[in-house]
Amino acid sequence: MVTNPDQQIIVSINGVFKSYQRGSQLVPVLEDLSFDILEGEFLALMGPSGSGKSTLLNLIAGIDTIDKGSIIVGGQDIASLSDADLADWRSAHVGFIFQFYNLIPVLTAFENVELPLLLTRLSRRERREHVEAALELVGLADRMEHQPSQLSGGQQQRVAIARAIVADPTILVADEPTGDLDRFSAEEILGLMARLNQDFGKTIIMVTHDPRAAEKARIIRHLEKGVLTNVLT
Amino acid sequence: MYLLKLIYKNAFRHRLRTGLTIFGITIAILAFGLLRTVVGAWYAGVNASSASRLITRNSISLVFSMPFSYLERIKRIEGVKGASYANWFGGIYISEKNFFPNFAIEPKSYLELYPEFVLPPEQKHDFVVDRKGSIAGRKLAERYGWKIGDIITLKGTIFPGTWQFVLRGIYSGAEPSTDESQFFFHWDYLNESLRKTIPRRADQIGVFIIGLKNAQNAAETALRVDAAFKNSLAETLTETEKAFQLSFVSMTEAIVVAIRIVSYIVIIIIMAVMANTMAMTARERIGEYAIFKAMGFRSVHIVEMILGESLFIAMAGCIVGILLTFPVARKFGEVMGQFFPIFIIDPATFYLDVFFCLLVGLVAAIFPAWRAVRIKIADGLRRIG
Repeated sequence: MVTNPDQQIIVSINGVFKSYQRGSQLVPVLEDLSFDILEGEFLALMGPSGSGKSTLLNLIAGIDTIDKGSIIVGGQDIASLSDADLADWRSAHVGFIFQFYNLIPVLTAFENVELPLLLTRLSRRERREHVEAALELVGLADRMEHQPSQLSGGQQQRVAIARAIVADPTILVADEPTGDLDRFSAEEILGLMARLNQDFGKTIIMVTHDPRAAEKARIIRHLEKGVLTNVLT
Repeated sequence: MYLLKLIYKNAFRHRLRTGLTIFGITIAILAFGLLRTVVGAWYAGVNASSASRLITRNSISLVFSMPFSYLERIKRIEGVKGASYANWFGGIYISEKNFFPNFAIEPKSYLELYPEFVLPPEQKHDFVVDRKGSIAGRKLAERYGWKIGDIITLKGTIFPGTWQFVLRGIYSGAEPSTDESQFFFHWDYLNESLRKTIPRRADQIGVFIIGLKNAQNAAETALRVDAAFKNSLAETLTETEKAFQLSFVSMTEAIVVAIRIVSYIVIIIIMAVMANTMAMTARERIGEYAIFKAMGFRSVHIVEMILGESLFIAMAGCIVGILLTFPVARKFGEVMGQFFPIFIIDPATFYLDVFFCLLVGLVAAIFPAWRAVRIKIADGLRRIG
């Protein structure tokens, strides 16, 4: 794997174990997982269903908790944070892109993108500027007042990306971002994500089943039964 | 501000469901307000009674009378400022469905003791000087379209015969709680007829009304009055006007209690309906709450959203319900005026309306909010799609 010596480690996963309780049975999902993600990396996590890739993404994003080990993001051991502190940490450091866009249906594109900024101390005017810039970046400046139901799937996902980047988070996590899109829209979204990575240096961690989507990433890691099997650069 | 906008938009996401819930709360508030007003109307006589008046009746029962001669003895008792008397006449106007209270009174002393019956001086004078004269309350006169000078004919039930009275005055109530549906005429007119037709029933009084020099001494004066007629042919029972009125209400206490219980059951039912609405809403949006939490919104924000929406719907129904209570109560009062002459919405009803709506909104939000707060983000996100 070729790395730029100037790149810092942004996510450090050390000896992580994670299991789920299914009835009386404890099902291990991740076992002694360790690897680093560098700042500005575009990582694709691949693997069959049940391999633990979405679980790993959730752990990195701080929306699930590890059983053992540590995950350090931007120098912060997120396992040590309380629920409230973790919420604050997520709002400042993580941008989410979901498979089903997950926009709030009663809010306009503008209002959806504005949501993460409500947790900041930005003024109304500053929020507006940020939202407009984010929507401009994803090419939806002319759809600000549209509600999600008035947008296509690809457009909704672009709004979701604008929402993910508007607060300038440390990492972007994307769970099957093209899983619900046609090929053309998927290409658009992947192109946009690649641009965010290349032009704006955004660190992106993407879970995908789709090899074509993974090709856009700089690094592809395969997970199988909770263990990293190989790395492609 | 943003939260309010979100609450408003969320509340009308399912317009039909929200509309029906608001409608349900409106009906519940309306029913609660009307039932409470009915209970209030039941106690109208009690509330309108004066603390400075005593009522003396036969100690055996109200249906037994007392000799007219008691009047002068009562007037001489310490603490008594003045006294008057009245007989329940129980006459029927045209048919039995046209019920209204009618009394034979001594006009001058009676009206002095009841300053809340306000009559123009000339009408009062005409009534006092005309033995066949009568006065009616404003609402009663309006109900039957009576005008001054009209002949009012009542069919006697307790005092047989057909009785004709000339309407000499129409009184108004000094207070909103004054009963304006009563009818009064001269006791002398009744008594003269009885002397001729049923002499043994003449010179008999149903109740004496006693005006007190000092309302604080009501109990002592009542005891003195009853003591004065101890061991007489007609022993007396003297009580405050309020206690006297309450004795009538107590006869129907069970009905009043039932109405009160029903009014609170209505609130409990609507609480269940509202809780169901909010539970459905929260269940549908559990994925959205997970998204909010993933973005960094705290549990308190989620609670604010759910509680705000619940309170918004509850208060919307409350406001519409309160606004509708006025016209509906007015119409109800008109239709039922015969039975509830005083049908006034107690301001406390509105405070209770608001209190119960806040309670309904709060209670309905507790379970959904608890569920939304407890849901793990990853589990919530899995519900989407």
